[in-house]
Amino acid sequence: MKDVSFGQYYPVSSFVHRMDPRVKILLSIAYIVAVFLIREFHFFGFLAAFLFILIAAFAARVPFLKVVKSIKGIIFFIVFSSVLQILFNHEGTVLAAWWVIEITDVGLLRAAFITLRITLIVMGTALLTLTTTPVEIADGLESLLTPLKWVKFPVHEFALIMSIALRFIPTLMDETERIINAQKARGADFESGNVFKRIRALVPILIPLLLSSFRRADELGDAMDARCYSGAKGRTKYKKMRPTWRDLVGTLFMAALIAGVVLLNGVLGVAV
Amino acid sequence: MQIVAENLSHVYSPKSKFAVAALKNVSLTIEEGEFFGIIGHTGSGKSTFIQHLNGLIRADKGSKKLTVGEFDLLDKECDFKKLRSKVGMVFQYPEYQLFADTVAADVAFGLKNFENPNEAETAARVKEALETVGLDYEEVKDKSPFDLSGGQKRRAAIAGVIVTKPEILVLDEPVAGLDPKGKTEFFRLLHALHGGFVKTIVIVSHDMDNVAEHCTRAAVFDKGEIYRVAPPKELFRDAAALTAMGLDVPVTGYLAAQLKAAGVFVDTDFTVADFAEKTLEKWRERQ
Repeated sequence: MKDVSFGQYYPVSSFVHRMDPRVKILLSIAYIVAVFLIREFHFFGFLAAFLFILIAAFAARVPFLKVVKSIKGIIFFIVFSSVLQILFNHEGTVLAAWWVIEITDVGLLRAAFITLRITLIVMGTALLTLTTTPVEIADGLESLLTPLKWVKFPVHEFALIMSIALRFIPTLMDETERIINAQKARGADFESGNVFKRIRALVPILIPLLLSSFRRADELGDAMDARCYSGAKGRTKYKKMRPTWRDLVGTLFMAALIAGVVLLNGVLGVAV
Repeated sequence: MQIVAENLSHVYSPKSKFAVAALKNVSLTIEEGEFFGIIGHTGSGKSTFIQHLNGLIRADKGSKKLTVGEFDLLDKECDFKKLRSKVGMVFQYPEYQLFADTVAADVAFGLKNFENPNEAETAARVKEALETVGLDYEEVKDKSPFDLSGGQKRRAAIAGVIVTKPEILVLDEPVAGLDPKGKTEFFRLLHALHGGFVKTIVIVSHDMDNVAEHCTRAAVFDKGEIYRVAPPKELFRDAAALTAMGLDVPVTGYLAAQLKAAGVFVDTDFTVADFAEKTLEKWRERQ
């Protein structure tokens, strides 16, 4: 359990770490848009995006391997969608055929294209979570969603719920580990038996966990009450977010990526 | 069953930037029949150590030896399930592990996992366990464990551990959060257990008064290493070293130190009764 770190924040101080979280969120969205802008089969656009990630990871002082490892969680998804493309795409020249399956050159290219697109998007967004603490992301989102207050969306409450949830994930992980150990010490077995048996084996963990979550929620509510928490009204921030020259540099860098992608879209495509 | 650890090491998240050496070359032997104390600062490795004793944490490869009775815990073929029925473990706030509909079902959980005896046998064993911890079987057996009072919940949870009749009982801060009366009663229960099927008790505690009062020997953990293993009588004479480590000494330890500074040496084992007696003797001598 100890090895499953939620979120993947990499605690160092760097250029990217010190950027305004709001700007980082917006730039992440811009980056996703940039990757989607790459026109089909214009693979040099991906090279530009890859270079962008490489330089950003360097500026963030995050080992590049960490960024690459972030795709581990979606590797199944990538393989699944490329296999579908390869097997069931009927456009282009047929290279091999068997029953309803035709492998075509377009299918292969498309699989490569989709793989690169997903991989680069995940790597880019991983950079956001590697360099920004969950609390910073929640604060940043609250600030970015402020306009929604006009349509009576409870932005502050939404952000509060998010930060509380994030704050308590490590606590609940510790608690889970403790309960698992306590039940293991009483001979509980989570690794053998069929699916139903394994699901039933979770009951002695889930019930104590649920109860302790309720207990914690009660205690937290009391603690907030005791410190006169009264919602968003008149609330000030301890840490004010302020964009600096770093954010300007980051934004310009992103603009360069988008410009590069658009330029490369005009030339250097793989013609089919 | 004797517990032997030689050059026991454990590193959390090895090979990563966050690697923490929780235990470094710990060697310790706990004899059968001991009431053994483990003391140390938060993060000194004491919890990591005790979780090795029933295989919840596996020792690192470099460790030389870890045996509990005939069980060789470094052997991959070791029957950990059987081991766990012999080494009962009571975690901090054990009442948070309760989950079943009724107290009887919760207490029976471990028994069913380990031995799975027939219903009559199970009921008899549950009854025995509940009565050992001082709960009335008829009164609590069909109650929800969550309807019990705090102290009763803890007792029920401990009944759930001792129901398999472990020979070694390991407890992590078992009296945390209990009132003074609850603490006294709890230690009375431990001593009663110690005379029965439980041969050895290993207890982690921050409370030095408890260690002085109850333990035959104690090990002091500091930064993943063992600083010293000694009976309380010798351990607490060295008050300065313990305080430097961020640890406490029992109240009797402070008093003895003050008396010593005033030129009166009281040769005590630091239990309250012994300290009072010896101090009184000294006083009478002076009169």
